[in-house]
Amino acid sequence: MKRTLKFSSRNFKEVLRDPINLFFGLGFPLVLLILLSVIQSNIPSGMTIYNVESLAPALCVFGYAFIALFSGTLVAGDRESSFAVRLYSSPMKPAELIAGYALPMLALAAAQSVICLAAGLIFGLTLSFRLLLAVVVGMPAALFFAGVGLLTGSLLGVKQVGGVCGALLTNLAGWLSGTWFDLALVGGVFEKIANLFPFVHAVNACRAAVSGDFGRIMPELAWVFGYAAVVCVAAAYFLGRRAKGK
Amino acid sequence: MSKAIEIRGLKRRFGDKLAVDIDELSVERGELLALLGVNGAGKTTTVRMLCGVLPPSEGSAAVEGFDVVTQNAQVKSVVAVSPQETAVAKNLTVRENLEFIAGISGADKPEAKRRAAELISALGLTDEADRRAKKLSGGMQRRLSIAMALISEPKVLFLDEPTLGLDVLARRELWRVIEGLRGETAIVLTTHYMEEAEALADRVAVMAKGRVKAVGSVAELLAQTGADKLEDAFVAIAGEGAI
Repeated sequence: MKRTLKFSSRNFKEVLRDPINLFFGLGFPLVLLILLSVIQSNIPSGMTIYNVESLAPALCVFGYAFIALFSGTLVAGDRESSFAVRLYSSPMKPAELIAGYALPMLALAAAQSVICLAAGLIFGLTLSFRLLLAVVVGMPAALFFAGVGLLTGSLLGVKQVGGVCGALLTNLAGWLSGTWFDLALVGGVFEKIANLFPFVHAVNACRAAVSGDFGRIMPELAWVFGYAAVVCVAAAYFLGRRAKGK
Repeated sequence: MSKAIEIRGLKRRFGDKLAVDIDELSVERGELLALLGVNGAGKTTTVRMLCGVLPPSEGSAAVEGFDVVTQNAQVKSVVAVSPQETAVAKNLTVRENLEFIAGISGADKPEAKRRAAELISALGLTDEADRRAKKLSGGMQRRLSIAMALISEPKVLFLDEPTLGLDVLARRELWRVIEGLRGETAIVLTTHYMEEAEALADRVAVMAKGRVKAVGSVAELLAQTGADKLEDAFVAIAGEGAI
């Protein structure tokens, strides 16, 4: 546990001390929230496109896509620079290594959600325990995204991770999550496909937490847990193989 | 008493290619052995197997009496490696890098701080102690990389091409640092620079095509080949197409 915390601390600092990470991880969802809320405030009364109760929790989940990018580039960067050889030849066990990469990502995701929801208070969110619940409900999705980062980072190089997590995943998380528009408005095959992915379910669960529709949380989260489990097991397998030199 | 390293029939294949095939090689405690060979000769692969990072395809090796395959965790508790590329955490300061490695090697916080302060002083990193690693010159990053390998107080230290890509002044400075490390710790240094092996090593193992072609002091290798210079001896031993 001590080694895991030491390694987590290094990874936390490594990510947070990069100003680009700070902007995309913590600032970008915040900028989107402010921008879309200002747009909403300028729309004639009666029309609601971006309701802060829907938007803020959705942006929390969208922000997790950057967590995948951070964890992926960190793992791939360590491998490419041979820092990983130093780690693999240390007394750290593969499980400690994996946990050490994953824990700071969850902490960052939680911080990201707190900042995003706190900013939502300015635009009309009500301060209540539901916001805290939304942060907790978002964690399985954060684990899923962190797992995608660890998986791609253990298999691909830094540039490829940038392509997969930075471009592909952020687009999937944006378009298939119902963050920008109601998927039912598109309907048909698009909606059916979107419902097969975890993104919309993660967003729905967080929205349910914020709106107090608690009964809806677990059925939606079941999808996210399923995806997170598969991705994390695969990430642990491939990272473990790397650590054992296979 | 066991030797620091004992290799018996160690082989590593990548697909069909036999990258390492060493029948026998040993390193004494306190000895500095240079693995000398051109790029692709199998030096780094050998180091990775001896560190317990890469499993051998066949055979085995013992480090401080621990088998690299069956006692992998014990091996990792007595070795440290400074990899070929400068392997430092770029956004951490020199001090943080050192304390981090000490921490994951099992030292508690006060002990990690003490060891870091000692190494910062011993390796001439005092002026850079609180600078982030990415801001250091190439030579200083290599020095930090070696300090990070030393902070776990290993019994066997592997320095994989420690001066690769450094200018002549930085290289000479690093040689002085390596020279200062000698003592109880066994050091295996891989290099393709003849003058580096000549300046630092007690014994030189010439590697070519994954095999150890000859082992001995520089004087012994010169006598064996009748050459005047180590470079000529190396060419005579390794032969044409040494990869």
